[in-house]
Amino acid sequence: MNNDEIREVVLRLLSQVAPEADMAVIKPDVRLRDQIDIDSMDALNFLISIDAELHVEIAEADYPKLTTLDNIVAYLAGKLTVDG
Amino acid sequence: MTAGTLVAWRKEPGDAVRRGDIIAEVESDKADVEVEIFMNGVLEKILVEPGEKVPVGTPLATIRLDPGEVEPAPAPAASAAMPAAVPPPMPRAHAGAPAEGRAPISPAARQLAAELHVDLATVTGTGPDGRIQRRDVLAAAEAQRAVAAPTPEAAPRDKQTRMRQAIAAAMMRSAREIPHFHLASTIDMGAATAWLAEENARRKIADRLLSGVLLIKATALALREVPELNASWIDERVMLHESVHTGIAISLPGGGLVAPALHDADRQSLGDLMTNLRDLVMRARAGSLRSSEMSDPTMTITSLGEEGAEAVYGLIYPPQVALAGFGRLHARPMSIGGQVVSRPVVVATLAADHRVADGHRGSRFLAAVEHLLQTPEKL
Repeated sequence: MNNDEIREVVLRLLSQVAPEADMAVIKPDVRLRDQIDIDSMDALNFLISIDAELHVEIAEADYPKLTTLDNIVAYLAGKLTVDG
Repeated sequence: MTAGTLVAWRKEPGDAVRRGDIIAEVESDKADVEVEIFMNGVLEKILVEPGEKVPVGTPLATIRLDPGEVEPAPAPAASAAMPAAVPPPMPRAHAGAPAEGRAPISPAARQLAAELHVDLATVTGTGPDGRIQRRDVLAAAEAQRAVAAPTPEAAPRDKQTRMRQAIAAAMMRSAREIPHFHLASTIDMGAATAWLAEENARRKIADRLLSGVLLIKATALALREVPELNASWIDERVMLHESVHTGIAISLPGGGLVAPALHDADRQSLGDLMTNLRDLVMRARAGSLRSSEMSDPTMTITSLGEEGAEAVYGLIYPPQVALAGFGRLHARPMSIGGQVVSRPVVVATLAADHRVADGHRGSRFLAAVEHLLQTPEKL
């Protein structure tokens, strides 16, 4: 899975927890929390859906690394390379 | 909420209904609710058709009870009634409004109803055993006037507007009627966050806990120590609740909020609380809360979450008498054993009704919350 495909999956799963947000205008290098109105429950549900779809185990200690679209995609790409 | 619109029936006449079944969907200004049934029997007759708007307490259907089924109403047929989204007083109106003629009513209220031309069938009693009192008649008269006023219907009222109006009504009543006092304590969350990190490292991602459930459980347990805060103020006196049903303030997409009940929060494990909180948040946002969830909260918790302000000084949701608030988890310098160290903290606040409690008891409540959060493994 290349980075563009990962990005597509991430945006689709993100739109499930924030259905009213417009994914087309998300700035990839800006904190998602500053662009989308999501709370800690939404964030957890988003990570659970990533785990379910991509089978990537995300440790809670890694949550602080997952703040922007870019760093989420990079994190997942790294995991998928190692695991896959 | 004074009225609701029946959206759809989930059961048909002749269907067997069991306690806890959802039999209908109702839409009100504040929320969409699912109407639960609190008895076993057979749905006999539907009295309100989809699309009809009727006052709270209006019987929606008649239920023929199973043999041996005991309900407060002595009649063989009971009814399911339009639920009140604003918490009605205890006890919960399981079988709906008493039929006209059987409604307990004070003589003064009956006289007032005659003077104001209020149909007693449209009045929801808030006294003991649903007794109709003067204040109920006045409220019904006010509601009639509101309906008769030409302005609200002249302008289109979208869902968002109706939500703000419902919140406005509840909060204006709160600010007008409840003599609030506020207390705050800064709670060291070092033990709680360390325990949670360890616990979550053991759990699969789908089973991980949010720090919010620790706050809910600690609040629910602290209410057992200061039971007068787990109460309603009705008819100039406090009524204590035996069960702890914490109302959870949930923000909705597009704005506004609801605060449905997380039932028996003091008795649930943290894992169960997390599962039920997740379910409650999802259904609140999808607009499929149950009628009992809207009417049952005995004390409300508002937590601003990771991106919120440091502290929240809330307004109590009447007829409740207290509201606990939690700000954002953040690091602060604290003095521990003479050393200044950085600790994760949360500012816990209490809004309490001064008719029911005072600063001494309120402080006791916050101290109990703080104490409980120092041993998270026991929660």
